[in-house]
Amino acid sequence: MDDGRIDDSGIEGASVSTPAAVLARGRSTGGLGVVPIRALSVLSLLAAWWLGARWAASPQLPGPGRVVAFAWHELLDGALPVNIAITLARVIAAFAAAMLAGSVAGYLAGRSRRLYAVIDPWVVIALNLPVLVVVVLTYIWVGLNDVAAVLAVTIAKAPTVFVTIREGARALDPQLEELARVYRLSLARRLRHIEAPQLLPYLAAAARSGLAITWKIVLIVELLGRPNGVGFALNLYFQSFNVTGILAYGCVFAVIMLVAETVLLQPWERRANGWRRRA
Amino acid sequence: MAGDGALDIHIDAKAFAVPCGAPRPVLCDVGFTALPGEILALLGRSGSGKSTVLRIALGLDRDFTGHVRMPPGRTGVVFQEPRLLPWLTLTENLRLVLTDGMPVPDLADLLDTVGLPGVADRLPSELSLGMARRVSLARALAVDPDTLVLDEPFASLDRRLGAALAAMVGERARRRRAIVLLATHELEHALAISDRILVLSGHPATLAADVTVPDRSDPRALDGLRDTLLGRFAFLGADA
Repeated sequence: MDDGRIDDSGIEGASVSTPAAVLARGRSTGGLGVVPIRALSVLSLLAAWWLGARWAASPQLPGPGRVVAFAWHELLDGALPVNIAITLARVIAAFAAAMLAGSVAGYLAGRSRRLYAVIDPWVVIALNLPVLVVVVLTYIWVGLNDVAAVLAVTIAKAPTVFVTIREGARALDPQLEELARVYRLSLARRLRHIEAPQLLPYLAAAARSGLAITWKIVLIVELLGRPNGVGFALNLYFQSFNVTGILAYGCVFAVIMLVAETVLLQPWERRANGWRRRA
Repeated sequence: MAGDGALDIHIDAKAFAVPCGAPRPVLCDVGFTALPGEILALLGRSGSGKSTVLRIALGLDRDFTGHVRMPPGRTGVVFQEPRLLPWLTLTENLRLVLTDGMPVPDLADLLDTVGLPGVADRLPSELSLGMARRVSLARALAVDPDTLVLDEPFASLDRRLGAALAAMVGERARRRRAIVLLATHELEHALAISDRILVLSGHPATLAADVTVPDRSDPRALDGLRDTLLGRFAFLGADA
């Protein structure tokens, strides 16, 4: 105490968490432990498909081997990479626009009751409007072009992002908000250090569900009004009853989206929530 | 009228809304002024409105009649709950409140000063409540405050540690000529560091006493004040 320092001997319930205990809590069900289970799950799905195709013995249900061979042929031909690239570009543009618009509007509506009262009826209408109606109307009003395609997907997806982020903004801890006020933290500091970490789980949930829904809507948009992309190719093969082609394009794109989620979204989410695992 | 650097509070009335009922008055005619370098202890029963006075002083509760004038400069705050950001390490929690242009103290040294050496890189979840409260105190001191508002900062600590921290806070505040507003239920903490003791009592609470603490080098005078306060406000003895 001679230099004004306090020793640590008089703490009630001091050190409730040792480093070992913290590390032990960090070892949860995530990580490599579930990889074999996931692999087994995928293999069982492929096996079921293969057995079903053998049992059906019909061109309407080709086996995995035929589908892979078709996809390989389309890959070498150049049609598959081009269509995939075009669809991916639309998915990325629409996903980014929907996330941005939905997040900003959702955050503002979560923070302001008045703004919520203004925006909410629009969102309820948008949520209940069939995607097909949105796509058709956008094509009619904007024209059969890529702007309309991306806009239609954004309008269809942004409301679900809005709802998720609005709930996150409503759940922001008011005690931390008071802390920011009394210490006069700048807006940038509040957003970065206090609000963003609390909103991250909501953003991650919106992004993961958003990606899955966005690419499905993009395919509908392409099927209805674009001269290229995976949706266009599916329409082409549908008209010729080429089930192998439909499955090849559908599976390749689903695998790409699965990889995007596994390689990009899940690690981002894990990193953002790293402090929860340490806690 | 108090000078520019003073803390001036006068709460004519403060009531809390009650669902389906008339508002419940909690504070009535509570006013005081604190000059730079003055340490004020606010004593009262649990639920007497001490925290409400502090929230009004900090501008976090504007639903009252009266006026508040906080002195200019930086304010350090210890809330009843530590309010640490769970995703930031302790050092990052302290650094967060250091806004641009503010001198940056040695944060590890500051944690050491409140009795927490070697914890700078830990997360708040790795601490006990008592330790987290001390980090909250270190954060309040990190801004080198002109005004320090402390709401039961020594709760969850044993008496010896609480007294040591109270002495450290008092010594720093006097050296800095900071105004300290300390809400506590511990009469001994108040007697140990404060220049004035304010007691809230009654329903709604009023300022039942505003007494100057005598020179601490005169134990008889201090004992006399202790006896007077305990005689008038028995609840202070019950908590002690």
